[in-house]
Amino acid sequence: MGSILKDVELKENIPTTVIFSKHIEFLTDYGQQKESYEAVMTDYLRMSGMYWCLTALELINTSPFPKNDIVEFIKSCQDTESGGISASNDHDPHLLYTLSAVQILCLYDSLDAIDLEGVTRYVASLQNPDGSFAGDKWGEIDTRFSFCAVATLSLIKKLDVINIDKAVEFVKSCMNFDGGFGSRPQSESHAGLIYCCVAFLSITGKLDIVNQDNLAWWLCERQLPSGGLNGRPEKLPDVCYSWWVLSSLAMLGRLHWIDRNALKKYILACQDIETGGFADRPGDMPDPYHTLFGLAALSLLGLESIEKVNAAFCMPQSVIDKLQIHIQMLQ
Amino acid sequence: MSSASSDEELGTEYTFYRDKPDWKDIEPLSQDEDDPVVAIDYSPEFTDVFNYFRAIVSKGEKSERALILTKDAVKLNPANYTVWQYRREVLKELNKDLYEELCFIEAIIFKQPKNYQVWQHRRILVEWVNDPKYEKNVTKIAIEKDAKNYHAWQHRQWVIKRFNLYEDELNFVEKLIELDVRNNSAWNHRYFIINNSTGFTEDILRKEIDFTLENIRKATENESSWNYLRGLVLHNNQGLSGNKTITEFCESLYSSGNKSSFLLSLIVDICGEQASKGVVDADVKIERGRALCEELATKIDPIRKNYWRYIAENLENGIKTSGDSSKVL
Repeated sequence: MGSILKDVELKENIPTTVIFSKHIEFLTDYGQQKESYEAVMTDYLRMSGMYWCLTALELINTSPFPKNDIVEFIKSCQDTESGGISASNDHDPHLLYTLSAVQILCLYDSLDAIDLEGVTRYVASLQNPDGSFAGDKWGEIDTRFSFCAVATLSLIKKLDVINIDKAVEFVKSCMNFDGGFGSRPQSESHAGLIYCCVAFLSITGKLDIVNQDNLAWWLCERQLPSGGLNGRPEKLPDVCYSWWVLSSLAMLGRLHWIDRNALKKYILACQDIETGGFADRPGDMPDPYHTLFGLAALSLLGLESIEKVNAAFCMPQSVIDKLQIHIQMLQ
Repeated sequence: MSSASSDEELGTEYTFYRDKPDWKDIEPLSQDEDDPVVAIDYSPEFTDVFNYFRAIVSKGEKSERALILTKDAVKLNPANYTVWQYRREVLKELNKDLYEELCFIEAIIFKQPKNYQVWQHRRILVEWVNDPKYEKNVTKIAIEKDAKNYHAWQHRQWVIKRFNLYEDELNFVEKLIELDVRNNSAWNHRYFIINNSTGFTEDILRKEIDFTLENIRKATENESSWNYLRGLVLHNNQGLSGNKTITEFCESLYSSGNKSSFLLSLIVDICGEQASKGVVDADVKIERGRALCEELATKIDPIRKNYWRYIAENLENGIKTSGDSSKVL
């Protein structure tokens, strides 16, 4: 059996700079295109779609939408009873969208527009006796939700309402023999979930429980000859993993273990020069999700024309500084 | 990312809810669209179904027709978590046959196997009927279609743990590894089964090491099998350098001219471990490890050259690094 590596080949005529004006156009128009309803702006995940678009725009210093409208929309999505926030009107509250909503409000310095006590109550209500968090009242358990819980509470300065020790214990129980983390105890290591766990530990100041070098090695093994990063062994590269892997390496103090120039070249190649936006792989359809994570990864790679991004929150560093939030970054 | 798909047709002869006589009593509820960021133009069928869905949710109607409507709504957008939640509430209220619902969700899962909501719906149904008899087969089919489907693996592991179904599971995983030795999900599952059933006893450990080395030989660049080997060593108090089967395997593979970065990395760690145990020729071991790291950094794996140089540096400073996973166990 020979070695057949799953990867893509970069063509000759790929973009080599960031096409800012096209991205602004792409992100601004996204919600208004008829055919785009089937991608990220549809209502069941609208709050996250807004977070992706608005954060991407902030990272390139643009803010084309009236803030009041956005804040009003978020207010209308808060459930008065549970305190949680839904993806859109007439939807049920969920931890994923509660975090997205709080992140957008932080961007716009408008946290006081919603009932923060309600948010606090909601997040605290989702913690289980074993320390894990459910995503909503139906009880799906996943380390993604551990991250969402502490990120939300940290942004609104209410981390002390949950049992942090138990929460850390659960995340630790999801650490695998290869140093990585999965969604639940002994689930396969996966770069997206590693990001959730590493960011969780960075926010709670418990990064010392990870096996720094082992985990960072696993993460830098995600880089393929094309320069792109995959999320698990033997998977194709994808721009969103540029962010999950790179931000984790940044928090672990090991960002320099990958080949930065090769990754930069790969991310830039994933831009759509006609429509703007980034896709998962060169030549695929762009969307706001990959556009945010492409830009955020370029920011971590030190591209000066992009705002500095915070590795744990995926928000502009200036916003996190203003909130006086400090995350743990290993040396 | 899963998405609402316009390909998920409701059939060619779609009758609008607004034209159905038995829905005449319901006033459809359209969505407010005054936000500039999120204004969306939906297809007519989509708008029709969801206008009626909003209407019955606001009335709290839990009826047979509501159940049919949620079926249309999830077909249009299986990722809409609110529709699934409402559907479950209706199922409970009407005391429906949940085995029928298991069949229905199975069909949707096979169309949308990477969607969080469909698997969660299935898990809740399995809890409700308290019967896991179909789960191994459903996940087996999903895994046959996509050997790395995270949702399918997660569901399978949940059901195995919840209902104690470890029996025969090692055979299942063995076949998958035979089929594709690079299937990392299968290797992870192997660890999951052994760890939660027999545990890594001395006897099992010996068998597992033999099995893994045999599979490494088939594909020496395979990250998954090398990682599994390192996982096994964590249960072995002799460490890496004290396990003759492993060290001899590595040396013989190396002398055959193999330059797999995972092989070299393991030899580097063996050297480091030996040196730290204070063998007489510690300097020689360190020098060998350092040379291998340099070869990795410059020739074999230059994309990670900073990593290999770091390992070399630690080796010289006598710091054991990548072989140490003691924090995991």
